Amino acid sequence: MKPKKQWLAEDYAEATAQFPERDALFETLSGIPVEPLYTADDLTDFDPAIKLGHPGSFPYTRGVQTTMYRGRLWTMRMFAGFGTAEQTNERFHKLLEAGQTGLSTAFDLPTLMGYDSDHAMSQGEVGKCGVAVASLADMEVLFEGIDPEQITTSMTINSPANAIWAMYLAMAERKGADLKKVGGTLQNDILKEFIAQKEYIYPPAPSVKLVIDTFEWGPQVAPRFNFISVSGYHIREAGSTSVQELAFTLADGIHYVRKALERGLDIDDFAPRISFFFNVHNDFFEEIAKFRAARRIWAHQMRDVFGAKNPRSWMLRTHAQTAGVSLTAQQPLVNMSRVAIQALAGVLGGTNSLHTDAYDEALSVPTEEAATLALRTQQVVAHETGVTNTIDPLAGSYYLESLTDEMERQTLEYFRQIDALGGVEAAIEEGYFAREIGDASWQQQRAIDDKKRFIVGVNAYEQEYPEVPIQLVDAEVVRVQRERLERVRRERDPVAVENALSALRQAAKEGSNTMPAFMQAAHAFCTLGEQMDVLREVYGVYEEPVLI
Amino acid sequence: MSERPIRVLIAKPGLDGHDRGAKVIARALRDAGMEVIYTGLRQTSEMIVNAAIQEDVDAVGLSVLSGAHMHYFREISAALSTRNAADILLFGGGIVPDQDLDELAGLGVGRIFTPGSSTNDVVAYVRHEINARRSQAV
Repeated sequence: MKPKKQWLAEDYAEATAQFPERDALFETLSGIPVEPLYTADDLTDFDPAIKLGHPGSFPYTRGVQTTMYRGRLWTMRMFAGFGTAEQTNERFHKLLEAGQTGLSTAFDLPTLMGYDSDHAMSQGEVGKCGVAVASLADMEVLFEGIDPEQITTSMTINSPANAIWAMYLAMAERKGADLKKVGGTLQNDILKEFIAQKEYIYPPAPSVKLVIDTFEWGPQVAPRFNFISVSGYHIREAGSTSVQELAFTLADGIHYVRKALERGLDIDDFAPRISFFFNVHNDFFEEIAKFRAARRIWAHQMRDVFGAKNPRSWMLRTHAQTAGVSLTAQQPLVNMSRVAIQALAGVLGGTNSLHTDAYDEALSVPTEEAATLALRTQQVVAHETGVTNTIDPLAGSYYLESLTDEMERQTLEYFRQIDALGGVEAAIEEGYFAREIGDASWQQQRAIDDKKRFIVGVNAYEQEYPEVPIQLVDAEVVRVQRERLERVRRERDPVAVENALSALRQAAKEGSNTMPAFMQAAHAFCTLGEQMDVLREVYGVYEEPVLI
Repeated sequence: MSERPIRVLIAKPGLDGHDRGAKVIARALRDAGMEVIYTGLRQTSEMIVNAAIQEDVDAVGLSVLSGAHMHYFREISAALSTRNAADILLFGGGIVPDQDLDELAGLGVGRIFTPGSSTNDVVAYVRHEINARRSQAV
């Protein structure tokens, strides 16, 4: 058999002289050039013992569990939340009845930004893109009829994460649950808020300090809870490439580890509960490679750079969500095809948990029917395609392994650049991430506008499409929220409220761990806005420089 | 007389931090030769209307992905009228369902660009609208 170079120079050159290649962009979404063919010649340095290992073994390229999906399928965890706590609770029950195996909560913008539902800044936003939770009373309605020891819940909350987590745990305690048995995931990744999603309240340094409080407190009090989900999802949605998503997310993870070590924590006490969250976008192989590279890079960092001894500290466990940004408002039903292929990539990448987007999400929060169809897509991948029969079926693919190696190489190069700027916090303040992501998203948009890349229904195969039904958010939500807040303020013990807020103020001022005070505040029915105001007063608020 | 360049304010009202679309549109308009002012995040309706008047813009583009679009378009279009600035073109983009488009049109709001829109279309639309308004005003 001819070596690859010779085949390209002779056979392929001859063939393309006669039948030229299509006029298309042969590169990944990250701009990595893709060759016409990959062969064993691309993997001459490839030693499977070093690069892959076995599933459940270092460096976990093939998956963190030994049995992977033959033992247990990934957790099907659909992100849901809109309107009142009552409405979202009803949606949670319907998703569980439809076969979902974990919950994931979307909060509304006032909650994400630490405002009560009746604050002036909350006008027009209450219950719109998630559920409003302003106190323990809302949290109790939200999880009515759900056993926190049986169902794990993920909560997408960042700047107010400590307070919301405390409300969740207080809710579980009041139900008689043992916190040692309560599992779930808190997003709690503030660095990517500064980098991409922009839902920050305080400046970077105190914000990171609040995160590290959970690293210290979580393993002792709620050891089954992932107190952080280091997230690339939002970095990608903001316009980064796949490689940037991988690199910036892992750099964020490393930053938290360094900060926790600076506090004097033992890496093997907290690292096993660090979890991750990645996007699954359109470029099938690049996305699969991203998940495999992520596990390998993290394992090496944790074992070889930070000296973690417990294998659980080396494992990158991750949730994945199909790419919201890839959904189109045009011909919305086509989104179902995109989501199915992205879901397949997430599964072939070995994700531990998955959300599939609903086809109507470029228009509104999903209807119940659309959300159920999205869940059904995961069930089809799980039970009908056969991809779950064997572990990491694509390992050894010349193309996929080359791509995995290339993404790892580029990620390590980004680590060097970020370190040269003085680390993640310095790079944020310098505007490095905003520039990198802004340029990438601009180039992607140009490629579509200039028809170098085609998006079905957007710049190719355009046609008129019928309207699809959308989820309307009931205007009642504002009234229900106001009434419940007023009742909470009227009926709670004002002395307990004052004591809890003082304890929080004191912890914030003296720099001690804030979590005990947040638990006290949750049980005292302090509102979210009251607690965040205390910290606004101590830490100040952050405004980013405006860059286009 | 040389025509002054088209001036556009791109604004992010409310708590929504999703600024990818706003920034891409701002760059596209600027590359097309327009003068673009971007407000940054977390603006109230009043801040946006003040900026539009002070900066003497021809158009205000609102980017809302949080579902709060009706609230902000209503408030901002009313405030522009009250302050005798209804000649400023108000348009926008974001997650806006078709069902809301009629009501927005009734408020005098211009085009709404939803996910998948081409920046070329946005540029062409703003240029066409503003040129039409200027020739009417002469």
